[in-house]
Amino acid sequence: MSDNRISPAALGRALVPNIWDMFALVFIILALVLIVWGAQQTNAPISALDIRPLSLNPSHLPEYALRTTLRMLLAIIFSLIFTFVYSALAAKSRRAEIVLIPLLDILQSMPILGFLTFTVIFFLNLFPGNVMGAELASVFAIFTSQAWNMTFSMYQALKTIPKDLDEASQSFHLTPWQRFWRLEVPYATPGLVWNTMMSMSGGWFFVVASEAITVGNTTITLPGIGSYVALAIEKQNLVAVGYAIVTMLIVIIAYDQFLFRPIVAWADKFRFEQTSSEEAPTSWMLNLFRRTRALRAFTVPFSSLARKVSLMPVRWPSLPQIRLPLAISSGSIDWVFFGVIGLATLFGGWSIYAYLSAALKWSDVWTATFDGFVTLARVVVLMILASLIWVPVGVWIGLRPKLAEKIQPLAQFLAAFPANVAFPAFVVVIVHFQLNADIWLSPLMIFGTQWYILFNVIAGASAFPNDLKEAAASFHYTGWRWWAKVILPGIFPYYITGAITASGGSWNAAIVAEVASWGKTQLTAVGLGSYIANATTAGDFPRVVLGMTIMGLMVTLFNRLLWRNLYAYSERRLRLD
Amino acid sequence: MLERSPQPKLIELNKVSRAFPKASGSQFQVLQDVDLTIRAGEIVGLLGRSGSGKSTLLRIIAGLVKPSSGSAVCRGEPITAPPRGIAMVFQSFALFPWLTVQQNVELGLEALGVEASVRRARALAAIDLIGLDGFENAYPKELSGGMRQRVGFARALVVDPDLLLMDEPFSALDVLTAETLRTDFIDLWIEGRLPIKSVLMVTHNIEEAVLMCDRILVFTSNPGRVATDLKVDLPHPRDRLDPSFRQIVETIYARMTQRSEPKAPSLDGIPGTGVGMMLNQVSTNVMAGLIEELADAPYHGRADLPVLAGTLQMEADELFHIGEALQLLRLAHLSEGDLMLTDSGKRFATLDTDGRKKLFADLLVNYVPIVGLIRRVLEERATHAAPAARFRNELEDYMSESNADETLKTIVAWARYAELFAYDEQSEQFSLENPH
Repeated sequence: MSDNRISPAALGRALVPNIWDMFALVFIILALVLIVWGAQQTNAPISALDIRPLSLNPSHLPEYALRTTLRMLLAIIFSLIFTFVYSALAAKSRRAEIVLIPLLDILQSMPILGFLTFTVIFFLNLFPGNVMGAELASVFAIFTSQAWNMTFSMYQALKTIPKDLDEASQSFHLTPWQRFWRLEVPYATPGLVWNTMMSMSGGWFFVVASEAITVGNTTITLPGIGSYVALAIEKQNLVAVGYAIVTMLIVIIAYDQFLFRPIVAWADKFRFEQTSSEEAPTSWMLNLFRRTRALRAFTVPFSSLARKVSLMPVRWPSLPQIRLPLAISSGSIDWVFFGVIGLATLFGGWSIYAYLSAALKWSDVWTATFDGFVTLARVVVLMILASLIWVPVGVWIGLRPKLAEKIQPLAQFLAAFPANVAFPAFVVVIVHFQLNADIWLSPLMIFGTQWYILFNVIAGASAFPNDLKEAAASFHYTGWRWWAKVILPGIFPYYITGAITASGGSWNAAIVAEVASWGKTQLTAVGLGSYIANATTAGDFPRVVLGMTIMGLMVTLFNRLLWRNLYAYSERRLRLD
Repeated sequence: MLERSPQPKLIELNKVSRAFPKASGSQFQVLQDVDLTIRAGEIVGLLGRSGSGKSTLLRIIAGLVKPSSGSAVCRGEPITAPPRGIAMVFQSFALFPWLTVQQNVELGLEALGVEASVRRARALAAIDLIGLDGFENAYPKELSGGMRQRVGFARALVVDPDLLLMDEPFSALDVLTAETLRTDFIDLWIEGRLPIKSVLMVTHNIEEAVLMCDRILVFTSNPGRVATDLKVDLPHPRDRLDPSFRQIVETIYARMTQRSEPKAPSLDGIPGTGVGMMLNQVSTNVMAGLIEELADAPYHGRADLPVLAGTLQMEADELFHIGEALQLLRLAHLSEGDLMLTDSGKRFATLDTDGRKKLFADLLVNYVPIVGLIRRVLEERATHAAPAARFRNELEDYMSESNADETLKTIVAWARYAELFAYDEQSEQFSLENPH
């Protein structure tokens, strides 16, 4: 977690023209509509999955944990492949870039759990009556939670390759393939590793949510920790929830120690700064591999294979340069290209309207928008509350290096922990004391994501320069003056980075947090999250599409109008380095 | 004289020009009608101010930039992509931080598809030659600047290029390290141990050019043109204190200051004059410091630039920037390699802070047209405020965006010192309000 200088992907690109965002939005919704429409045409019953009943016996938990972990791994591999292809395309082709980047920008503003509804239909249609379809739907849902910000980070790296290295690789005749593996991928690695880690943190939440889901009259229960928790809720078994929490703790620690810590420590050599960093990340696992001869010998074939592959004199198949007898300038090709996209967007927009207007009235739009504002209010209030609590705490911890060293991994760990595993514990309390669901379900939205604020603030306070602290002390800055003039501006860039992640996560969590159940008791809080969740359970696809559109719009606007400006301000004014 | 040379031509440039497009749609001319021939066995230096297009010329030969017009030929073949047989050393070293010294050196060989064992042997030989023995497994970030540039040299030499291109190879190094590297390189060159036939190096350091090169092309700026083609016949190793060495340095200083003379305001809107005058960021502190230095003993108002550069430990280029800023404001006068204080300059040296600010303000308004323009606009407007974009656009009619940016920054800094007008970075607005 050494690198906090990576701009949050949620901000997208600063200069994306809005018209392209509209196109991207239309295109994505159209894809969703087409999936549903296709499913309705095939008429195949998408229920009837023969899935063996789960058991709450804790002896099954290791197997479930393994399955959940494998889904995660599979998704991360898909995400990496997607990242390499998509970002390379966007970075190399101007026309592709104009279309692909706004698409990515909108995709990452869409609620991930909303996608799940459509991926379930899509994959179950692809593999009717086969568990494969359900598995892929789950993997795809995790993929949608991971791929976008990884791709953004890689794309940003590709666009900012240092000019001298670019010239060196040209002047030493590296082929595009060699250049990709020798220059571009290594350069993007630190950011990509960091973003992959953040993705994984978020991913646990969605893997848990995607293992037990009901879409209309199809209920999917894939063996895993998520479905185990779902069953525990149904059976009202609090002890089983406890087992699941412990298992999840172990899985995440193991993942961190065996996979990510070694990777982060290894990726440190790709950091571009030419000076050695003060504190290189370490990993006992990596040291073991580097220092133990037998283990090192084990890695040699892999690294030499990787080297061979990266050096293969592959040349991209040079696209057939079609030379038409007519002289067509690049400008007129642009016109055709943009014209086709424009028409497709118009047609797509019309199709969506036709599909939705058959099932929905304008009053539905108002309902969903109203619900959206309720959820927005929740996000805002929760962000303020979480900031009021965690900023002082984070500063207090961050200024004590010894303590920060111990707390920081804990905060990062809590951010990775899928909060939905622990939801039942809260629901039990709400049910027991008969609390107002509209208010008391809300904290669940930020329960899992508030830690991003905490650990970023700790990082900021730890990095606060000592000379400024001493200067403040020698000028007798104390009390509120110290907070307002010294430490808050000092940690602001870090706080913003954490807050953006937390706020994005809260929107996503709304879909599982605004509806909760314990046995037969259902709790629902008014909001866009419960709107989408209930529409999904009812199999009411037009309303899911509507809800997702509105949430996508609100998140995009929220990011553009608030976070992007705050981030730009903090980058311009408050950067200490 | 060169025509009689029996050596074959490696590079031949004929009327090469290069223009870059600007945001306004017009073109910014960086290089104009440059002719250059490089033959085997010579070290050629491209000497010029920053922004004179000498780096662009180097990149045209390297095949990294295409000329807008004219022809660039390498051994009879037009240069369209980086040609084989040319290798480059970079100012910033351009080492891959994730590769070890040896892997960095092998990079060019890998791309050529050289077999692993041969690759290794050749890389080790190059590492040995350049004095990097024992550092094979180090990563660049573990090395000092000088060692890093040695890796840069080894990486370029290992592919056995005919022509070595060097883009200000020593300018990112401290004085002592740079000198060691220069002499090591020249030693290897005269001993014939380098696998190269010729060297083309870009520099803005006059002494470095005279120390290393057999031929020096002096560039003018805006647009870049070859002003002088100077042959240096001194035998290696050269002695900086040798009178004939000093003589050549003096000559080049004189040529370079001579060229900056016609920078007086003119009416025809030629780039570099009038409102479209390009300004380099020179701090008012540095200007005041130089004026004080000049006014005192031993200079008493007149200094020889090479001497001044020596005592102040400054690069000629830096000194030129300051000298030109002073000349623009009529505080000093540059000619024939000398810098002389004017009467205003001498008066400036005697004044207190407030007096200096007043004098500086007067000179700015009178001699820097864009400052006068901004001041007029601010006075005319009822709000006494104007967006910077308005003046930026005007500047961009005459110069590239980055130059317009630098000019504007310079104006802001100078006007703040002179207390002529205020600038708010947040809103990017000029205004007359004085923060009293």
